[in-house]
Amino acid sequence: MSAALLVDGINCSYGDVQVLHGLSIEIRSGEVHCLLGRNGAGKTTALRAIMGLVRVRSGKITKDGMELTGLPAHEVPKTGIGYVPQGRRLFTELTVLENLQIGLMTRGKGQTTTDEVLQLFPVLRERLKQRSGTLSGGEQQMLAMARALCLEPDILLLDEPTEGLQPSMIARLREAILALRDRGVSTLLVEQRVDAALSVADRVSFIENGRNRETVDVALLRDDRTLVHRYVGV
Amino acid sequence: MAFGPYLLLASLEGLVTAAVLALMALGLSLVFGVMRVVNVAHGEFYMLGAVIAWWSASLISGHPALGFLLALVVSPLIVAAIALLSDRLVLRRLNYEPQATIVATIGLLYIIQQLALTFYGPDARPVQAPFDMRLALPWFGYSAYKLAIIAASIFLIIATWIGLTRTKAGLVMRATQSDPDTAQAFGIPVDRVYAVVFALGAGMAALAAVLIVPIQQAHYLMGQDPLLLSFVVVIIGGLGSLRGTVVAALFIGLSDGIISMFFSPTLAKMLATLLVALVLVFRPQGLFGTAAR
Repeated sequence: MSAALLVDGINCSYGDVQVLHGLSIEIRSGEVHCLLGRNGAGKTTALRAIMGLVRVRSGKITKDGMELTGLPAHEVPKTGIGYVPQGRRLFTELTVLENLQIGLMTRGKGQTTTDEVLQLFPVLRERLKQRSGTLSGGEQQMLAMARALCLEPDILLLDEPTEGLQPSMIARLREAILALRDRGVSTLLVEQRVDAALSVADRVSFIENGRNRETVDVALLRDDRTLVHRYVGV
Repeated sequence: MAFGPYLLLASLEGLVTAAVLALMALGLSLVFGVMRVVNVAHGEFYMLGAVIAWWSASLISGHPALGFLLALVVSPLIVAAIALLSDRLVLRRLNYEPQATIVATIGLLYIIQQLALTFYGPDARPVQAPFDMRLALPWFGYSAYKLAIIAASIFLIIATWIGLTRTKAGLVMRATQSDPDTAQAFGIPVDRVYAVVFALGAGMAALAAVLIVPIQQAHYLMGQDPLLLSFVVVIIGGLGSLRGTVVAALFIGLSDGIISMFFSPTLAKMLATLLVALVLVFRPQGLFGTAAR
């Protein structure tokens, strides 16, 4: 399988503190790739670097052979990358519909996209006029997903989507991710919950102190938790 | 004159103040709301608006309405262009950091003010009102132009509201205000939005100035009082809240008009400032603002 997104030896820092040290990840087209690691390992920074929200000092990021590093941050999503940030980061003052419209505007998508997305998350349809900040936690997460899907991405970046959700919502989210995989969307998933990650991922990359460690097939981890214990400590 | 007509006159004067104040404060509030920039130079954009209005009106002889109309178009555009330039040359280079931009806009205030003094001079110069009509009320005559100011302000405020809530550009601005980082992750060029908002805010101050200059004259120090009052309005109304800004401007403008006439202008300013202090103590987010997240 070919690489849909290639992160190649990137270095990133916040001020003087270097967070990522030559991090490399290869996301194959059509896979769900999970990034596992402890708090502060640099998982969120890796996603923000892909989105161009953190400056990449060296190394490069390419999508289907096109270099993303160096693009202004607002051009990155237009290449077809949907981003669900940590903590959802909805435009809380805006209505559900307006949040979706922002997503649609990114790549000039229209009503058909909206319909498809709402089919995946039917709860949102009844709440289009509601201010998004007043939704429940689960609905907010659905909306964050829906907003990212409104640009019909071929790559989806998910940052701890299960955070603070009840099990039924986690199951719904899992179904959505798998449905998207069937449509050929590649997903890079950052997770703290090992079980949630293992139930949906194809491959797992471990990341520690901003450096990448092993990348393995998920089948390997289901039987043998040694790696999980070493890098996540659960 | 009996008390009733006096009150009517004071209220009308107050409404004119409120109309202009609302426009100017709206610009300040928009810039703060979207960019988190406290624009101390906002009063100077207002002053520039008046000075440029005088200059462009003086280019045209003939009916005063022609000069005024030219000023109405040219002045906000030039001031917006100057603001755009300030954004590119100064604010953007500071990465819109709140403290740095306060200091930078203080600098901008003095630069613009001294340039105006150098090239325009210390005189106060009038612009003729586009029409000279007095409305005969039973107790006193009242300038029809002043009523036109109120109407124009209402129109512009409604236009702003529609622009912000019903158009794509408004949606983009509100998304940027809500969360600039995430806005970028959805293809919104936050940089460009900031530049446009800053220019728009300055343009609104200039527009307010063009409206007021036929009754107040253009002077290089005229930006200071309105700046203070705009901050008063914006703090009371709640930064970034359009509704709050309009309500507070109405309140401050009216009380200023009425208290100034029956007691003294100083008392009006004192009460306004006291109100700001009370709001800051008991409801720091303003009457209509939402608490900072």
